Amino acid sequence: MSKTITIDGKEIPFKEGQTIMEAATAANLYIPHLCHNPDYEPHGSCKLCTVKVNGRNCTACTFPAAEDQNVVNTSEELSADRKRITQMLFVEGNHFCPSCEKTGNCQLQGVAYHLNMLDNHYPHFFADREIDASHPDVLIDHNRCIFCSLCVRASQQSDNKNVFAISGRGINKRLIINSESGKLKDSDIDINDCAAHICPTGAILIKRTAYTVPIGQRLYDQQQIDQIALAKESDKND
Amino acid sequence: MKQFIQKVVEDNNFKAVRLLAILREIQAKYRCISTEAIDIIASLLKIDRTQIISIIEFYSFFHLHPQGQYDLLISDSITDHMLGKQSLMDYLSSQLNVEVGKVRDDGLISLNNTSCTGMCDQGPAGLINGYALTHLTQSRIDEIADLINRQIPLNDWPKRFFQVTDNIHKADLLLTTEIPQGAAIKATLERGLTQTLAEVKVSDLRGRGGAGFNTAMKWRFCSEENELERYTICNADEGEPGTFKDRILLNSYAHQVIEGMTVCSIITGSKQGFIYLRAEYLHLYEQLQLIIEQRRSLSLLGHNILESGFNFDIEICLGAGAYICGEESALIESLEGKRGIPRNRPPYPVTQGYLNKPTVVDNVETFFAAAQIAAYGGQQFAEIGTEKSTGTKILSICGDCSQPGIYEYPFGTTINQILSDCSADDVLGVQVGGPSGNFICNKEFDRTLAFEDLATGGSFIVFNNSRNILEIAKNFTHFFAHESCGFCTPCRVGTSLLKKQLDKIIDGHGSSGDVVALEELCQLVKSYSHCGLGQTAANPILSTLQRYPELYQQQLKDISFEPGFDLDSSLETARQLTNRNDVNAHLAQLDK
Repeated sequence: MSKTITIDGKEIPFKEGQTIMEAATAANLYIPHLCHNPDYEPHGSCKLCTVKVNGRNCTACTFPAAEDQNVVNTSEELSADRKRITQMLFVEGNHFCPSCEKTGNCQLQGVAYHLNMLDNHYPHFFADREIDASHPDVLIDHNRCIFCSLCVRASQQSDNKNVFAISGRGINKRLIINSESGKLKDSDIDINDCAAHICPTGAILIKRTAYTVPIGQRLYDQQQIDQIALAKESDKND
Repeated sequence: MKQFIQKVVEDNNFKAVRLLAILREIQAKYRCISTEAIDIIASLLKIDRTQIISIIEFYSFFHLHPQGQYDLLISDSITDHMLGKQSLMDYLSSQLNVEVGKVRDDGLISLNNTSCTGMCDQGPAGLINGYALTHLTQSRIDEIADLINRQIPLNDWPKRFFQVTDNIHKADLLLTTEIPQGAAIKATLERGLTQTLAEVKVSDLRGRGGAGFNTAMKWRFCSEENELERYTICNADEGEPGTFKDRILLNSYAHQVIEGMTVCSIITGSKQGFIYLRAEYLHLYEQLQLIIEQRRSLSLLGHNILESGFNFDIEICLGAGAYICGEESALIESLEGKRGIPRNRPPYPVTQGYLNKPTVVDNVETFFAAAQIAAYGGQQFAEIGTEKSTGTKILSICGDCSQPGIYEYPFGTTINQILSDCSADDVLGVQVGGPSGNFICNKEFDRTLAFEDLATGGSFIVFNNSRNILEIAKNFTHFFAHESCGFCTPCRVGTSLLKKQLDKIIDGHGSSGDVVALEELCQLVKSYSHCGLGQTAANPILSTLQRYPELYQQQLKDISFEPGFDLDSSLETARQLTNRNDVNAHLAQLDK
């Protein structure tokens, strides 16, 4: 007999050591997320995957599944609050989807559409952030960084490098580059690194590829993020 | 520089976990940690430069760019403000000819604000090159300015500038019956470990940091782990504004605190302990170091304690200016030489703490009480207080009362009693538990000090009727935005949004929906944040909004929409650029 948890009234099997996110994804249930990627150690910072476990808010990507857990993933309250958290990410940085080359392929935008986010709700911070276009192949637009730390983890865990790090405190948090000049051109990054391709937003981009796929034919133009995420991630959790 | 850093890194055994200690020494010597220094440390420790930069940018007391030869920080706690901090700051700034947040051109002095320095009973307070300054007055500032301008070394400054007093006004069970040195260890060894843990259980002692976890249970969990390498940590990162009781315990009762740590370690089988001392208490470092050495020579610490076969030693580690490190898992990260980011839980520190080994993290006062319980048994302690909150609580009382200082009370004491003891008149309300606690108004003074009613880590700030509630909420809200570690979205962005939204209302730019929006934001930050900081950051607003909704409403303009900023002043840059200042270059607000 396999052990089970209940998510939105459905019995879901889980294996010892799985997180709620892993169990849900394996059972083809989508929990919105941005900083989580099944290829890397969970981080638990974006808080979009917050679910109610026996009445308590828990981060699904880090919280271990255990028997007798009654998990609420779909409720009006959670959808409304997840939308607010997404809006926080939008106002913290400078995200202008119509002029961003990642539009249609962007997970932040995809999640925002999924949560029916129609405005920013909160006042903008208009943060003064830089663009690092120094590298011949890879560009960083810090305006779009949401501090998911996926590039940090991908560089360490997949590329066996340590190109990125998170620095600063609180609202002054920032992504820094491991090179003497602090610029990407002097770092170890390579166009084929996982870290160069992992960014869920348009913060880390590969140069000269922006419009190879026309707007309208991009990933989230065709399907909603929940379907795409499940198709991509569910086999990894089996 | 290379030689100096080489020596510092060597003294720290080339260990990256000692990074904070290493950076503290370099900061003290060179007034910053320069790019050159970063590269030298990185190559000596064989770590990446980004790891060092990220730590420097996380802790308030580390800097990438040089601070003044005299680095002066003034405490921004609400109690310092109530004692006239702002006008003193303005005076300082003009006397020393330096802007707040800047370094003077000649590099002699830098001036800035800092979060509460734990001197609320003897403020306005500050720090100079890390050392506590108390009782700042205009005339003392004149003296300080003169000493700085004549470049007199700190060692030659009058000792009274640095005098820190205990101010114990009311002692109960714990502060009156200090145990003889070694008594708790001897009693533990005679009674046996299981029996001593049973005594701690009988006492029903709960963690004094505020959360109130059962101490015996925590110690038992740790002792039952399979992993035998275990650690004991004393949380002396007393950062909650308005709290200073650990300062007194470490100043005058350090033997008993360390004895409590030792008893805990004998029971849990830990061989190494740490006292994580907040950087603001640098003045206590040397005397604590001496006490530790003294205890080693008395066989109360170190190898084969009192010939029992138990080994346990303690290292003092200084913080570097980060309130979040009072959170136990952030503290552990900091001890490991990292940024103080609270960990995901589970696992909890008792199973995977320092270096992922089982670790007990307890408050200074918890260890202090535990030593007494180990020495004399748990019954006496259990008989005091209430059913759910046994024993006594040591309060740090400050604000509007004629006798600020330390008061020890049995749990269950009413707020009325406490206010009468500290001679507080005309009281508007009390902030119990610091900014992360609750504001209670003068209709609630029959409430009691207890985990089941008003829990507090020790902070107790009194406000009289001349005080402005909104200014209090503002000071606390700004504090949390400044101290948020930035790890999770709801706290990182949310605390800054709370600050913006509250300021908007207080500055008179709020309109009808703005208080509702403020409350909604409070609930979001409270419910979704990763750790206790975010989960309590909205308390100052929520607890005052609940009691004084009219104060917030009065600030609102009577129109359906009000811009969140002053339209006219926002045009100032444009006016300067176009070199205009005529009537048509100004814009009236909608309702004017």
